[in-house]
Amino acid sequence: MKKTVFLGALTVAGLSAAVASAATLDDVKARGSLNCGVSTGLVGFAAPDANGEWAGFDVAVCRAVAAAVLGDPSAVEFVPTTGQTRFTALASGEVDMLARNTTWTFSRDNDLKFEFVGVNYYDGQGFMVPKALGVMSAKDLDGATVCIQTGTTTELNLADFFRTNNISYEPVPIETNAEAQQQYLAGACDVYTTDASGLAATRATFEAPGDHVVLPEIISKEPLGPLVRHGDHEWGDIVRWTLNAMITAEELGVNSSNLSELAAAPTNNPEINRMLGTEGELGAMLGLDADWAVSALAVGGNYGEVFETNIGENTPIGLARGLNAQWTDGGLIYSPPFR
Amino acid sequence: MSDTNVSYVRKEMLAEAAPPVSEIGPVRWVRENLFSSPLNAILTIISLYVIYWVVGHVAPWTIGGIWGASSLTECREIRDATVGSDHGIACWSVLSHRWHQLLFGYYPSHLYWRPVLALLLFLAGLVPVLYPDTSRKLLIVSAIAPFACFWLLWGGSVWLPVSTALGFVVGYFAFGLATRLISPLAGILAAIILPLLYWYFIAGDLYAALADTVPLGIEFVQSRDFGGFMLSVVIGLSAIVLSLPLGILLALARQSDLFIIKTFAVVFIEVIRGVPLIVWLFTAQLLLNYFLPPGTNFDLTLRVIIMVTLFSAAYIAEVVRGGLAALPKGQYEGADSLGLNYWQSMRLIILPQALKISIPGIVNTFIGLFKDTTLVVFIGLFDPLGIASAVRATTEWNGIYWELFIFIGVMFFIACFSMGRYSLQLEKKLQREHR
Amino acid sequence: MSVLTDPPKPSFRLSQLLYDTRYRSITIQVIAFILIACGLWWLVANTISNLNDLGKDFNYSFLGSAAGYDINQQLIEYDSQKSHGRAALVGILNTLLVAFLGCITATIIGVIAGVLRLSKNWVVSSLMAVYVEGFRNVPLLLWIILIFAVVTESTPRPNEFRGEDPAASMILADSMAITNRGTYIPRIGFTNSMSGNEVVASQEGLVPVASGGIDWLLVIGTLIISIIVVRTLNARASRIQEATGDRPNTLWANLAVLIIPVGIVLFFLGATIVKPYLKGFNFTEGVHLRNSLIALWLALSVYTGAFIAENVRAGILAVSKGQTEAASALGLQPNRTMSLVILPQAMRVIIPPLISQYLNLTKNSSLAIAVGYMDVRATLGGITINQTGRELEGMLLLGLFYLTLSLLISGVMNVYNSRMKLTER
Repeated sequence: MKKTVFLGALTVAGLSAAVASAATLDDVKARGSLNCGVSTGLVGFAAPDANGEWAGFDVAVCRAVAAAVLGDPSAVEFVPTTGQTRFTALASGEVDMLARNTTWTFSRDNDLKFEFVGVNYYDGQGFMVPKALGVMSAKDLDGATVCIQTGTTTELNLADFFRTNNISYEPVPIETNAEAQQQYLAGACDVYTTDASGLAATRATFEAPGDHVVLPEIISKEPLGPLVRHGDHEWGDIVRWTLNAMITAEELGVNSSNLSELAAAPTNNPEINRMLGTEGELGAMLGLDADWAVSALAVGGNYGEVFETNIGENTPIGLARGLNAQWTDGGLIYSPPFR
Repeated sequence: MSDTNVSYVRKEMLAEAAPPVSEIGPVRWVRENLFSSPLNAILTIISLYVIYWVVGHVAPWTIGGIWGASSLTECREIRDATVGSDHGIACWSVLSHRWHQLLFGYYPSHLYWRPVLALLLFLAGLVPVLYPDTSRKLLIVSAIAPFACFWLLWGGSVWLPVSTALGFVVGYFAFGLATRLISPLAGILAAIILPLLYWYFIAGDLYAALADTVPLGIEFVQSRDFGGFMLSVVIGLSAIVLSLPLGILLALARQSDLFIIKTFAVVFIEVIRGVPLIVWLFTAQLLLNYFLPPGTNFDLTLRVIIMVTLFSAAYIAEVVRGGLAALPKGQYEGADSLGLNYWQSMRLIILPQALKISIPGIVNTFIGLFKDTTLVVFIGLFDPLGIASAVRATTEWNGIYWELFIFIGVMFFIACFSMGRYSLQLEKKLQREHR
Repeated sequence: MSVLTDPPKPSFRLSQLLYDTRYRSITIQVIAFILIACGLWWLVANTISNLNDLGKDFNYSFLGSAAGYDINQQLIEYDSQKSHGRAALVGILNTLLVAFLGCITATIIGVIAGVLRLSKNWVVSSLMAVYVEGFRNVPLLLWIILIFAVVTESTPRPNEFRGEDPAASMILADSMAITNRGTYIPRIGFTNSMSGNEVVASQEGLVPVASGGIDWLLVIGTLIISIIVVRTLNARASRIQEATGDRPNTLWANLAVLIIPVGIVLFFLGATIVKPYLKGFNFTEGVHLRNSLIALWLALSVYTGAFIAENVRAGILAVSKGQTEAASALGLQPNRTMSLVILPQAMRVIIPPLISQYLNLTKNSSLAIAVGYMDVRATLGGITINQTGRELEGMLLLGLFYLTLSLLISGVMNVYNSRMKLTER
């Protein structure tokens, strides 16, 4: 027992043995902070700024969950993970959740034993080529040299695509986006392939973005979303419904400017009331406070606002909503009802 | 008697003529050093051309660099306005914008004095060890320094390092007492077992009690916030300090006559040395959690320090073994003839000499280790290279490449080169003393 | 009369285990053994229970399932439908290739730089000092990244070779192209191949050119037989020399034995030189040395070369000055002195550190990760682990591979070292 005391002291010092119990929620509450796995740096999705503050589209999800659970969006420890290390970090309990552009696939869900709680960005793998090459379709790429980021589903998709179309290619696997970008700009590969969002972000920072085109083919489905460990359903539900609250808020027109007003007293839309805790017991069902969703939404606003501030058309990255528009606008973003 | 009146013998000295131009000053130096043979001349010309080519390509880019901008786009605008868009020049602004992250990572900026002080303290603790002429009393600084550094870096309650350090004090006194009262063997056993018992049973309560009664501490900093060169230095230094005792024990074990212990040491050293550090780091990241009791979960930085410590212990062991082997056999025999037992002879005669010979080797191991800390970037820690890619992941600096790498390279060069010079100088001094 | 007493019977008391030096070492070893065994058991037990908690098992069946990813540089046949085991093997061969090439060039660079650093020529020696210190004091990882970037930035793109007045052109009679995707060098193809069904188009039109493995086996086999014959010829010459004092001239016979049979075999197989040429996005045909290989190879050999240069310098300085003076008293030229007198003696000092540099280079080749060279860490230890989630099994295999390789290299080099060593008296 006394060993635990000393180890506990070290844990207070944040250095060692945190004995992970079955319930992640209790751990997070006891710790007073959420450990959230993010990428080591991906433009628009997760990157620390000059003050070391993390910001980005994936980071916003972490902050929303922290706000929902602990009431404090800054109570997040961001754990940078690489493509290689992310799954172990989650499986070993080093992080409570992973919000790191991770594709939801069958084997990750079942073989690697994770639970994807939803999709916060519908992506797909695309190709970028210099305009001067005159390539109009990915099918014209026979014999081309292709730069890919390694350690992801990208290389599997690429192998499948070229195999099904019976054309040859020369893969150049690169560890980081920065190197891949440098190689592509130096002309060491004809094509750069990664998720379409990444392509757009990369292209936006080129000296002459107009000299490069993103080809129309999207060769894969990449539903990116936060994930948690298998088996802890209460925790999975919290992350899932925090994400859903962000999505529903946009659908119902709840945003950061009218949030405090709507949360103050019941409105005449019962779903808003249920979500914001002015009616019903939804928060208690999750094991959280009644105003959990209000806290979550107070961080960066609803899904649409988070999208616009981090990766939307007014940012240097300039992504259109496309598939990520609300289902009411012809997109795929769709949350189950708060009922 | 001799006939001095010979007309063809000069009577007065000629005035000294100046040596021919080709035999003095720079010309002679150039002729003798650079063009003494055709091969030499060719080599000189090739070398000069290489220097000219490199400088000619790098200098305009470096010197004309832009310092004031706040993003890469701004840099490009300034460049277009001043030298035109077809000239490449460096955008050093990224350094003035982000230098603090490259040095300290995400350590809180109002606490930068703490790592700096810790480094100074560490160096102060090193002085009595490296310069044996200084007063022995200063060794107490060396003993306290690691704990003080730990406390300064991570912060938190002051009682954690204090209650941990007490274990060593317990061990020290237990050794003294048991040796005097019972036997040297008992002394060693006591020095190992009592501190362990202390840490296992008492330290936790003691810490809790002290922290409750006298809450004395400074702001706590997560090791996740460590980064940049600070992280490299922390990993490198703590690994080398922690690995020294382990390495010495391994070296002694490898030299010993006891078969099982020797075999174990050999297997350990060879396995560690036979596998690249990057594989060990991935092991620390991916596998260490499998090997520990279910549920334990270490901080990644700590895991890396443990792994790097084990790694460098194997290398230190080989360096120390070299030192042990370099001692004349007479020293061992002399110690035996005085009737000293194994530990006494090691402690009083052999190790002080062997370690002194090994210091240059240890410094070189440290240089190698310090350079190798860049590999932690592959497991997601923010060493200088990791910071560089994080900087590139922001919209301001996406697309910047060479400037960051050059800065990192220069910093590493300065640090490693000066340490290398020091070890070389030490080696020469030791050689002189030896003869 | 003295009373004879029996010597005291050797009776064993328990305290002897601790105080009798005859038994104490056994006691200590037994305790150490128990502790080590307990420690190992603790690790294994933890691992088993952790694996159970995660619902994982420990087996290597994943090595047999389809890998699903492509590898650009393959020394043996491989495609994405082959197994993970095959992918690991491709990676192993790539590691071995770059380590082997690196060791050779590092030695050459190191010896040259070490000798030049001692040159009296100030410019040359200080340039070498800058090289050695510059590379020794900056992390290898940084050098690999920088050299990779320099290699790509400073070489022309393949499509600069195109057009009427191309910006870049092939060198060595249009047979070799240096591009920023790698260097293409010509290869030898066989028009009358033994395996003969493979037909590859070349620039001059459709010429059946096979690169069959059987043909190469035939050529190499012939070469080996020729070498054996040459050695017998030389042995015979030595015997004659020992018996009569005259050594028959074997040079022409040797050359003939070496060249003619191989030439005949090559002729019958219809060997031709297949040059690389531009087609589509890239050059095709020939041998493609990718930039990742070139950058890694260059970085490893230049970096390790700097360390070897220091060893060589130390070795040369260790040869006493009297040797140089004696050599010049014999009338040897300075460069003959170096190659005949100094270097052979310096070698004895140089070889032991050289072994550890070779080991370092081999282990450092795992930094291939930085340039995307598909070595064993990238295939087995990277993509395979990542796709299958078998980190325990994968890392174990990877560690074993590197360990075996290291032990092999140091074993071979130690044998060589002990043969080179002076027999000390």
